[in-house]
Amino acid sequence: MLRLYAELIRIRFLTMLAYRVNYYSGIIIYGINIGAYYFLWKAIYAGQQNLAGMNVEQMTVYVAIAWMSRAFYFNNIDFEIAQDVREGKVAIEMIRPYHYLSVKTAQAFGEGLFRLLFFAIPGMLLVSLFLPLAFPPSPAAWGVYLVSLLLAFLINTELNLLTGVLTFFFFRNDGMMRAKRVIVDLLSGLILPISFFPGWAQAIMNWLPFQAINYYPSMIFAGAIDPLQAGDVILLQSIWTVGLLLPLTALWRRARRNLVVQGG
Amino acid sequence: MIQVNKLEKVFRIHQARPGLAGALRDLFDRQYKTVKAVDGVSFSVEAGEMFALIGENGAGKSTTIKMLTGILTPSAGEVVINGFVPYKQREQYVTSIGVVFGQRSQLWWDLSPMESFRLLKRVYKVDEEEGNRWLNRLIDELDLGSFVHQPVRKLSLGQRMRCEIAASLIHKPKLLFLDEPTVGLDVLVKQKIREFLRRLNETERTTILLTTHDVSDIEALCRRVLVMDQGRLIFDGLLGDLKEKWGAGTEVVFQFKKRTSLEEVRTALGAADYELVPENEYALAVRIPRSQEMLPYVLSTVMSRFDVSDVKVKEASTEEIVRNIYSATGEVMVHA
Repeated sequence: MLRLYAELIRIRFLTMLAYRVNYYSGIIIYGINIGAYYFLWKAIYAGQQNLAGMNVEQMTVYVAIAWMSRAFYFNNIDFEIAQDVREGKVAIEMIRPYHYLSVKTAQAFGEGLFRLLFFAIPGMLLVSLFLPLAFPPSPAAWGVYLVSLLLAFLINTELNLLTGVLTFFFFRNDGMMRAKRVIVDLLSGLILPISFFPGWAQAIMNWLPFQAINYYPSMIFAGAIDPLQAGDVILLQSIWTVGLLLPLTALWRRARRNLVVQGG
Repeated sequence: MIQVNKLEKVFRIHQARPGLAGALRDLFDRQYKTVKAVDGVSFSVEAGEMFALIGENGAGKSTTIKMLTGILTPSAGEVVINGFVPYKQREQYVTSIGVVFGQRSQLWWDLSPMESFRLLKRVYKVDEEEGNRWLNRLIDELDLGSFVHQPVRKLSLGQRMRCEIAASLIHKPKLLFLDEPTVGLDVLVKQKIREFLRRLNETERTTILLTTHDVSDIEALCRRVLVMDQGRLIFDGLLGDLKEKWGAGTEVVFQFKKRTSLEEVRTALGAADYELVPENEYALAVRIPRSQEMLPYVLSTVMSRFDVSDVKVKEASTEEIVRNIYSATGEVMVHA
């Protein structure tokens, strides 16, 4: 089974390389986003030293890390599932002796690894030339960050699978998937660090999985969560990873029963 | 090998109301119509059989195939194939079958067929050495050698279809489903594919189920035919019996050396189930509805009594028969 997933990841790598223009434009988009937020935050601070417990340097570092983490956990598998369903390709997936959702997850992982190696790492090195980036001080701190990032990937992927599988019921749910993407970007702390939200919103968000996707790993990277607390954060992320499996399995079971193959 | 019992599939189709007001009402209260795509289909198949499932568009063939391959969950009824219930034990079951959808590719569009085969070998956990030997045989017999390293998107339809068949057989399945495999192919490619399937059936005893609109596929490959109409199975039997049942019969045209009248022939043949049609003064056609018993009798009687210079036997083509079935729907009974 592992060899199958290794092969799937390899194939995804090859296909990503086949579309080089996509890759280059991806780098540019990330660059523009990081640059835009950098200037935006500089304007917001406008000479003030400290906002919501973060100074300007911390903020720019946070923005850079948050976007680099996103390069790994972000994927389009919900849109891919929707396309499989709409074009009836899901029939081909069903005649294969594997679990469709696990395969999608493996493909997403392949894509994530590709972007981590080819966007995020070169991007980080590039950014570190201009910004005072503080990397995690010890191998242990790196390890904690990577575990946290992996869990972030799993949680985000589970959310994508959930919205993707909804296509089995609605056939067109692009709107919902797009809304989900914006919600994840906003509530995960990518656009605005969680500490900037009003107190009542933070209280609600503590009960939602979104901050586990970006805010926690980025704070661990930035050293804002100390290693002792990091254990709690990772436990919380693990709980979400397992917890989201329940609605996902239930929905998938119903989807299998409901499946209609489009186009003959 | 295949046991299908009272299989049923019901779809709920959303009925859109007309107009803007209708569309607004649809937002809150949707109307559905239920359609029985497959309605009480039962049949069984032995290992090593090669048979065709035919029927008009929308007769329920594809839905049936999709239930047999574990893609769709039946609304009612039972299916057991190779000892598995397809929709329940899907992941184990599909390792024992191969599927080709003529309208859908299972190859990776941007990769070469070879890369796809490699991945499929992993997917099906095929033993490396034996798998390679088998794959080389497939490449050889389907004649894929010259393009197996080109990206799939650059292949012609005929080349791609042959690759699709190879891909579906990577794991040496016992049972092969082909859903309209020859749609849009030229005669030579069709020929090649048929020859390959026949050899596969002979050497590996692979059971092959084919759905098709191309009657020549059936004639070339299958002895047994199942005919579906409006979700029901209306015929299950041998191709020969199908011809008996729906064929317009056989027509024998005799060319005589001397002038021969209708009455002379009628007296010679006696009272039986046939029809005489004069062609000209020297020629005459005898139409026989049931060819199996009557044909030898008619031939020997006429040949011995009259001076015959030429005989033509015109049998109804399978194509005509299929047209007959499609146009005369409903009133026929299943005979198994």
